[in-house]
Formats: sequence, structure tokens, C-alpha cells
Amino acid sequence: MSLNINLEVKHDVLCIRLSGELDHHSADELREQATRAIEEHDIHHIILNLEQLSFMDSSGLGVILGRYKQIKQKHGEMVVCAISPAVQRLFDMSGLFKIIRLEPTEENALQRLGVA
Amino acid sequence: MKNVMNLEFSALSQNESFARVTVAAFIAQLDPTMDELTEIKTVVSEAVTNSIIHGYENDPNGIVYISVLIEDGFIDLTIKDKGLGIMDVEEARQPLFTTKPELERSGMGFTIMENFMDEIEIKSQPGIGTEIRLRKHLSNSKMLCN
Repeated sequence: MSLNINLEVKHDVLCIRLSGELDHHSADELREQATRAIEEHDIHHIILNLEQLSFMDSSGLGVILGRYKQIKQKHGEMVVCAISPAVQRLFDMSGLFKIIRLEPTEENALQRLGVA
Repeated sequence: MKNVMNLEFSALSQNESFARVTVAAFIAQLDPTMDELTEIKTVVSEAVTNSIIHGYENDPNGIVYISVLIEDGFIDLTIKDKGLGIMDVEEARQPLFTTKPELERSGMGFTIMENFMDEIEIKSQPGIGTEIRLRKHLSNSKMLCN
């Protein structure tokens, strides 16, 4: 099972919806697509919807941290939503919640960023 | 009863999912919980990715070797490469340490392996390769023992 990447731009917010498996192999594709969208659409904030993500490893943490650094330079914010217990464990272990906000749903995340 | 499975494949990133799914299918006979299955798949993914990126530096001619032994509810997993080896194993085990930050590596691979398994043993020699041995006792089998 590979990774399916759905990107939607709402004002200066990029919604990244992932389904499938995020590993080293699929991280490259996500990095390319998200980096391009952030540059082309002058994105400041990212919402990462992981509701349909069935697997993730540390390569996923790396690509997420990379996009966080990218929008941090623009003083933006990253919000992750609809996260599974397994993925939450990896976020906890790596301390990513210290810099990335967690919301239960995409709707909450949009409200948080003021674009709902 | 002892049951063994061996697997070897090219050091290609598309084989990462093949490796974790194959190991998960093999250990399914021990009736692991969903959490345990996810943990096993994640550690296989971590070790295989390390071999591909760090051991072989993405050279597809490299071969990754996996061997799994299951016995009495124990999983004994060995993931090996004949790649570059690790210069300083203790340093490599530190959370967030990576030799390849330019590739957006998180440096969490070994930390995840340590957290998800009961035991980890890392043998590595520069120029010879790396062998990671991971062991875990499944919760289901503990209940049977009691």
C-alpha cells in the first residue's frame, strides 16, 4: 500500500490529507509536493490531516519536521489533526507536540488558524 | 515449536513496505495484538530504512537480510546489511542524532526500536556492515504461560 497525498489550499493554509503508508519511500514524494505547494501558493500555515494514515515511521517524523521548519521561517504554524494512537506515540516520543499543535478534527484545526 | 523465516532483498526503498508486511504476516501465527503488530512493522521499517540509507547509501546493489525466529511467544528478529557500518554506535542511539540531517532524517530510528521492543543488540563494524537483533515477548503468550 502506497501513500495517497491530497493537497488543498485555503487562503494561506495548506491542508495536507494523507492516506496509506508514510515511510522513507513515500516521504520523498510528500516532501516534493508539499514544498512546491508552500512556495507556489505563499503558504503560511499547514494542517496535516492523518485520519486515513494507516502506517508511519521515523521517516514520516522527518518529513513533517522538515515542513514545520519551512513554514516556521514564514512565522507560520503547523496543526496536526485526526491522529491515530500509533502515530501519536511516535509524535510523543520525538517531542513533536512541543512545536506542533494537535486538534481532534480538521474543522477544529481550521478554526484554530482562523479560516473556518 | 521453533519456526524460522529468512528473507533477502535489494536495498531499494520500495522494499521497505514489502519487508514489514512480510514479517508481520509471518508473526501473525502468534496471534499478536494490533499494537504489537504495528510495533513490529515499525521496527522492521526503521532497521531496513537504516540499512538502505546509511548502510548502502541508496546503492541498489546492496542486499538487506532479515531473519525471524519465533518460539514460545518470543520474536527474535535480525536485520543485517553488509554496508558501511556505524562509526559510533552509542552516538547513533541518541534520540534525534542523525548523520544525514540534509535528508530530513529525524534521528529517531534507534529510539523507536528501543521503545517498541524488549531487547536490542547492535553489532556494527565500519566497512563490514551492521546487524541489529531485536527481541520481543508477545502479551498474548504471557497469558498462556500463566
